[in-house]
Amino acid sequence: MSNSEKFLTMLSAILLFVAVVGFILFLATRFSGRRADRVVAWLFLAPTVVLLAIGLIYPGIKTIWQSFFNASGGSFIGVDNYKTIFTTSDQVTVLRNTLLWVLFTPFVATAVGLIYAILIDKARVEAFAKALIFLPMAISFVGASIIWKFVYAFRPDQGGVKQIGLVNQVLVWLGGSPQQWLVNSPWNTLFLIVVMIWIQAGFAMTVLSAAIKAIPEDIIEAARLDGVSPLGMFRFVTVPSIRPALIVVLTTIGIGTLKVFDVVRTMTGGQFDTSVVANEFYSQSFRANNQGLGAALAVLLFVLVTPIVAYNVKQLRASEAR
Amino acid sequence: MTATSVPVVTTPAVGKVDTAAGRAKKKLTSPWASFAAVVLAVLWTLPTFGLLISSFRPELKIKTTGWWTFFSDPQFTLDNYRAVLQTSGSDGLGSYFINSFIIVIPAVIIPICLASLAAYAFAWIDFKGKNFLFVLVFALQIVPIQVTLIPLLSLYVKAGLSNTFWTLWLSHSTFALPLAIFLLHNFMKEIPRELLEAARVDGAGHVQIFFKVLMPLLTPALAAFGIFQFLWVWNDLLVALTFSGPDQQPMTVGLANLSGTRDTAWHLLSAGAFVSMIVPVAVFLSLQRYFVRGLLAGGLKG
Repeated sequence: MSNSEKFLTMLSAILLFVAVVGFILFLATRFSGRRADRVVAWLFLAPTVVLLAIGLIYPGIKTIWQSFFNASGGSFIGVDNYKTIFTTSDQVTVLRNTLLWVLFTPFVATAVGLIYAILIDKARVEAFAKALIFLPMAISFVGASIIWKFVYAFRPDQGGVKQIGLVNQVLVWLGGSPQQWLVNSPWNTLFLIVVMIWIQAGFAMTVLSAAIKAIPEDIIEAARLDGVSPLGMFRFVTVPSIRPALIVVLTTIGIGTLKVFDVVRTMTGGQFDTSVVANEFYSQSFRANNQGLGAALAVLLFVLVTPIVAYNVKQLRASEAR
Repeated sequence: MTATSVPVVTTPAVGKVDTAAGRAKKKLTSPWASFAAVVLAVLWTLPTFGLLISSFRPELKIKTTGWWTFFSDPQFTLDNYRAVLQTSGSDGLGSYFINSFIIVIPAVIIPICLASLAAYAFAWIDFKGKNFLFVLVFALQIVPIQVTLIPLLSLYVKAGLSNTFWTLWLSHSTFALPLAIFLLHNFMKEIPRELLEAARVDGAGHVQIFFKVLMPLLTPALAAFGIFQFLWVWNDLLVALTFSGPDQQPMTVGLANLSGTRDTAWHLLSAGAFVSMIVPVAVFLSLQRYFVRGLLAGGLKG
């Protein structure tokens, strides 16, 4: 397919789509008056309902069903796939890694974001300083993974061979010998987590910085008149005031971390005991062709994410109501 | 989760307002605070900076010496960028780059239009079953896309759509809809009812109200969602890996493959990574404030 053909396909797709929407709008103008409300509502909702039913609801139910079947999807095996996830040693490693990711990423990223937001608050170059930390958020996880793969790059420890990765070079300068950061388990998972923290700290910083700036001045003034020390100010004024924002940041990063796939896939491909649930889902479904186990892993992801999302939504509602 | 629920986005207070954080900072004695901030900023920037420098160094130099030697032995070349921008040959990522654009443009336009229609119906038309349907759409935001991929793939194969861009356009549009509808709905709800009632009294139908009254007011919300969706689709790997055939693979897939099969080809990886980053970074820098809103609103997606 040549490039011009691709652009033509794209244009015709957009035109086709515009025609569909135009048709819906045209039909909607045929009905007027308040009695037509129902018809118009369903016309407006029709494409959405069709897409969501076919693209989300049906596949979701089908996957849950599929998770009770064997690798080829042919015979019913009950909860054996779930047993596999919780009992085979490879899968238990996957669960352990996922737990490490979810324990470290949200808290460290939020802590870094909060500290940085406070440090640069009211600084002369605040906008610039923020952009530096925030930019990793705009690039793809794949791009971020390549950046960090280069930081961790390893060259054999022989005379005449120079290190090209920054971490190993610093180690050599300090008199150590270079390490294969991405190979040695279980530490390699922590070095992958660093990448996610690097990406997410900017998100935490942006949200928390805005929350800090929104703390009402009279609270600060009152605390100051009471002679609260600056560290006490942080402990008793800043943190409680931005608590809803802190929770939203923690849970949002937590959800993103549970679904982390790109980083693991690009940096190690899940080798060397670094796989996580979302990556294992992909490997089992599309590499190992174990559809049943893949489906069970996807369902597990769903089950793990749901309570965090529910909590997140509740917190958002609460902060909205304030 | 909603553009309106952002207790956190406010215009920064200007002037010499004394904030709690500001006072906490002062205690950390200014020089130390500045030092810590600089250390963090350097730590966060250095990885990207190293790869950026490398992308302009000759292949042999990248592979034998660290990027920091560039400063004592500056050798500059654009060959790496020339190589990755080719659309043919094993080194070129040019066609992946084009595919990224082909995928992202309809994948932003389609959900924006469909979600505007749906959000309008939810916000301003009364009909039976509205609440149930709205809660359902809202709840669908929690479904991880992993759950949908395999059944969706076999549906595409049955429909004869496999190995076309339609798989990517339709998937990205569908996955975006719950968030987009929710966001636009909340925004539309804030528009005063009187405005719409007045238009109705003047004899305007839903379609006229939609275009003449609502659309102009909705621009910020549309922009916020549009940018968020643009970055999401441009940076996506999972959906692209699952659905794209050899002719449709975007930049992320090209880079991930390169990183998997030739992970010492740093001259290509570095330049390729920066080619792929330039677009989202440009979008981000030019439309930062909308992006932040969209991001806050869409943190749950995926």
